[in-house]
Amino acid sequence: MLTDLITLRETEPEDIRLLLDTAQSFKEILERPVKKVPTLRGRQVVTLFYEASTRTRVSFENAAKIMSADTTSVAAASSSVQKGESLLDTARNLRAMRIDCLVMRHPQSGAAHLVAQALDIPVVNAGDGMHEHPTQALLDMLTIRQHKGRLEGLTVAIVGDITHSRVARSNLWGLTKMGAKVRFVAPATLLPRDVHRLPVEVYTDLREGIEGADVVMALRLQQERMERGLLPSLREYSQRWGVNAKALEVTKPDCIVMHPGPMNRGVEIADDVADSGRSVILEQVTNGVAIRMAVLYHLLGGEASA
Amino acid sequence: MPTEVKVMDAHEMRRALTRIAHEILERNKGAENLVLVGILRRGAPLAHRLSRLIEQIEGTAVPVGELDITLYRDDYRTHAVSDIGATHIPVDITDKKVVLVDEVIYTGRTVRAAITALMDLGRPACVQLAVLIDRGHRELPIRPDYVGKNLPTARQEFVEVRLEELHGEDSVCIRKPDEER
Repeated sequence: MLTDLITLRETEPEDIRLLLDTAQSFKEILERPVKKVPTLRGRQVVTLFYEASTRTRVSFENAAKIMSADTTSVAAASSSVQKGESLLDTARNLRAMRIDCLVMRHPQSGAAHLVAQALDIPVVNAGDGMHEHPTQALLDMLTIRQHKGRLEGLTVAIVGDITHSRVARSNLWGLTKMGAKVRFVAPATLLPRDVHRLPVEVYTDLREGIEGADVVMALRLQQERMERGLLPSLREYSQRWGVNAKALEVTKPDCIVMHPGPMNRGVEIADDVADSGRSVILEQVTNGVAIRMAVLYHLLGGEASA
Repeated sequence: MPTEVKVMDAHEMRRALTRIAHEILERNKGAENLVLVGILRRGAPLAHRLSRLIEQIEGTAVPVGELDITLYRDDYRTHAVSDIGATHIPVDITDKKVVLVDEVIYTGRTVRAAITALMDLGRPACVQLAVLIDRGHRELPIRPDYVGKNLPTARQEFVEVRLEELHGEDSVCIRKPDEER
């Protein structure tokens, strides 16, 4: 039984399947003229974000609202965090206001786990440092499954700044558990030092890395990395590792292209890919709402059995 | 050795559904403007069967929808359901005569949830209710318009409807509480 959602590394495959199946059923609600079901009436969901976000925060809040929960959003930049309040104190104070669920993003890896241990309500990790971003990986898996009909046996190439990417890590654990094969494709400077201990094939050449892939997932290149000398120049990066139509010739013909957003067009992904028929980037965003509805549904339900 | 009492076989089920199909047509003066909506899981195959029977009798095809009521249940806090189906109704139900179809009516809470769910999808001209089995013990002021069989039961008993489409056979059984696994 799910009590929190902190990492996919520690989530059972049957729970992943349950969340994907539930989200698939919930998608229909998003197509209705009146997008509202009464399930979470009277529940309070708080989003606590210590980092910038558009997609994830709006997606969680919309998901909660569609399920009739009440939502409050706290941005650390404009809260008592600025007065030096610790993460745990902030979380405990929110709980003291009798909230029912906390969705949080924090730059420190492990922050969500720490809070989940301190609180007696479900905590959802909306991204913790370079560690995990489980709902992003779930929505990616849902999108892949809708296009391919399955996850098992697929080859998914994740391209770009792997070291700093919680999206890459969550996808690695989730996809591997569901029977897919994951490849990391990146310049050596953007691969984590312990990469050879992970269940992943590693490539430093884009064409080799995406050859025969069913799915190519481009990651956002965090431009601030450049300053630390990890990359020669944006231009060189986009020439060697940017996903463009020409590079995609070596993938499976029905290969789809994904991106967790926000995109740097012309850097890690070219316009001729982002706006092409292969791109499922906006479907990912729609699926994100359905996934977050499913997560809230399963975390907040069935108190008696929890 | 479980004591299961069979109270309806495939022939009786077919006859009951045929009668309900006739009653629906009689009450609504034909098949015009009708939509059959089966409550997932077991109401859905029954709704499809009623649609076929109505088509045989009247020569008019009646659209069939499927309704998942999980998100409208009143016991989410104690019994969150894992197996959630997707609602799919192929037509706009606004101004249609909607016949809800379920296999068993018991407390009436499922039907209450189904009516609320329907109202979120449109404003039907009217909503009627067809059930294969009415086992009594209502907890809400809800009554079916079409009943296959009235089956007096004790609250502790369990009524199981098996359907060809889902379980490979058509039958209705009552199971005694001490035989529950």
